[in-house]
Amino acid sequence: MNIRKSVVRLINTFYLILRKYKSGDDLFSQRVDSFFVDTHNIHKFIVRFFKELFQKPTEFREIIRQCYEVGFKSIPLITLTGFVIGIVFTKQSRPSLVAFGAASWLPSLIGIAFVRALGPLVTALIAAGKVGSNIGAELGSMKVTEQIDAMDVSAVNPFKFLVVTRVVATTVMIPVLMVYCTFVGLLGSYLNVHHNELTSFVTFIESAFSSVSFLDVSSAVVKSIIYGFTIGIVGCYRGFNATNGTQGVGKAANRAVVFSMFLIFAEEIIVVQITNWIASF
Amino acid sequence: MKNENQPGIKEEVVISTRGLHKSFGESQVLKGIDLDVFKGENFVVLGRSGSGKSVLIKIIAGLLKPDQGVVNVLGMQVDKLTRIELQALRLKMGFIFQSSALYDSMTIRENLEFSMVRNFKHLSSKEINVAVEEVLDAVGLKEKINQMPSDLSGGQIKRIGIARTLILRPEIMLYDEPTAGLDPITCTEINELINEVQSRYNTSSIIITHDLTCAKETGHRIAMLQDGNFFRLGTFEEVFDTDDIRMKSFFDYNFIR
Repeated sequence: MNIRKSVVRLINTFYLILRKYKSGDDLFSQRVDSFFVDTHNIHKFIVRFFKELFQKPTEFREIIRQCYEVGFKSIPLITLTGFVIGIVFTKQSRPSLVAFGAASWLPSLIGIAFVRALGPLVTALIAAGKVGSNIGAELGSMKVTEQIDAMDVSAVNPFKFLVVTRVVATTVMIPVLMVYCTFVGLLGSYLNVHHNELTSFVTFIESAFSSVSFLDVSSAVVKSIIYGFTIGIVGCYRGFNATNGTQGVGKAANRAVVFSMFLIFAEEIIVVQITNWIASF
Repeated sequence: MKNENQPGIKEEVVISTRGLHKSFGESQVLKGIDLDVFKGENFVVLGRSGSGKSVLIKIIAGLLKPDQGVVNVLGMQVDKLTRIELQALRLKMGFIFQSSALYDSMTIRENLEFSMVRNFKHLSSKEINVAVEEVLDAVGLKEKINQMPSDLSGGQIKRIGIARTLILRPEIMLYDEPTAGLDPITCTEINELINEVQSRYNTSSIIITHDLTCAKETGHRIAMLQDGNFFRLGTFEEVFDTDDIRMKSFFDYNFIR
């Protein structure tokens, strides 16, 4: 009886939502509409990116400048986060392994964890917060102060100069930062391992990479490239389409971070599934 | 005020619109604008805030697409151009934004060079330097070359905005509220600069404003935009020689206040 009531209630709720959606004046229907409009526009934005990527001018100097902004300026934060995560992860994992008499497996565990998941994911999440918000706010501010229009009317393609350069920079630099983050994390982990077991650095690194396969490394690199592209394209899309003055700039930065992180987690799941499928052969 | 028959104005149409319509949602901003701007002419569009003045020049510059109607600039139909053709046309067209829209992360020199280094790749850095200094000299701000836009006053920012477009040697200038937010003395200086640009570089201009002093000082012909169409068109005297209450209140607000 209760199940029947629940089903009827569920159908009623669904019917009400549908009726509200058809009327088109509630928040729900607006959100659904904006989701589909956004999806369509992001698709168009990505297609335009690939079209313009191979067109002249290359804006090589601006790409280098953006690589510096994305890569070099993120180093302090990546160093701190990677190092701390390396220490904390090792400290937290040790008691469980010691309980099973497997403390010697700690470097391998850390190696696999950092190469497969922590390195790419930590780098991507930090970059989404730092770089994604920066791109969203910068382009958003340029949009609302008509600087993008000013570029357009002075016969410079703003998409090429602002979007293509930034997306290329994030796509190139996030894998580099990922490699750096992994090594810094391993260094933090080594300090903890060395403190407890007096293991040498060479032995630690050998143990750490003994269980890491080529597939692990290549999937980490591919993941980082995808994350880098996602962070760049979402940040640029949000900034390029900012409206409503300074409030719109804040929203663009915020949405760039939230949407990038959401996509990064979704992509992580997909890539892990594909990697596991390939590994099963 | 300038005279329509002043030497320099030719009967050659450089900008023409026919039946221009533009709406934003429910609000119909332009309702069939027909406009001809002649070579060497300063054409002023007056109107209240929100009357669609800026929309009109953004359509002419190809930043907005009209819902209906045709825009011809220098013999080319703007909405039919490819992106590359539009870019080529924009080299002949300068657009001065109300906020000037200077690139705030670049110095004044970089602001001025930005378009030039990308569009005139055959020029050496020395030639570009000469061009930058020449336009800065023309707007009287040569000493500000290495400063950031945030270091400049409102009037100086407007001048640099004009210099940034002048460096490309445009045939057409589109001014969006060039004197908005400036004190009367700076307004006079900007008006003089607009006239100087017109005579020195022989440009044809559309000047969007609601400042009647600016309209009187700079305009050869003036059009009053109201309810999506040109309500009155002619010389300053012709436009304001009327008992229409809408024109009178506009005039009184500017000159009696």
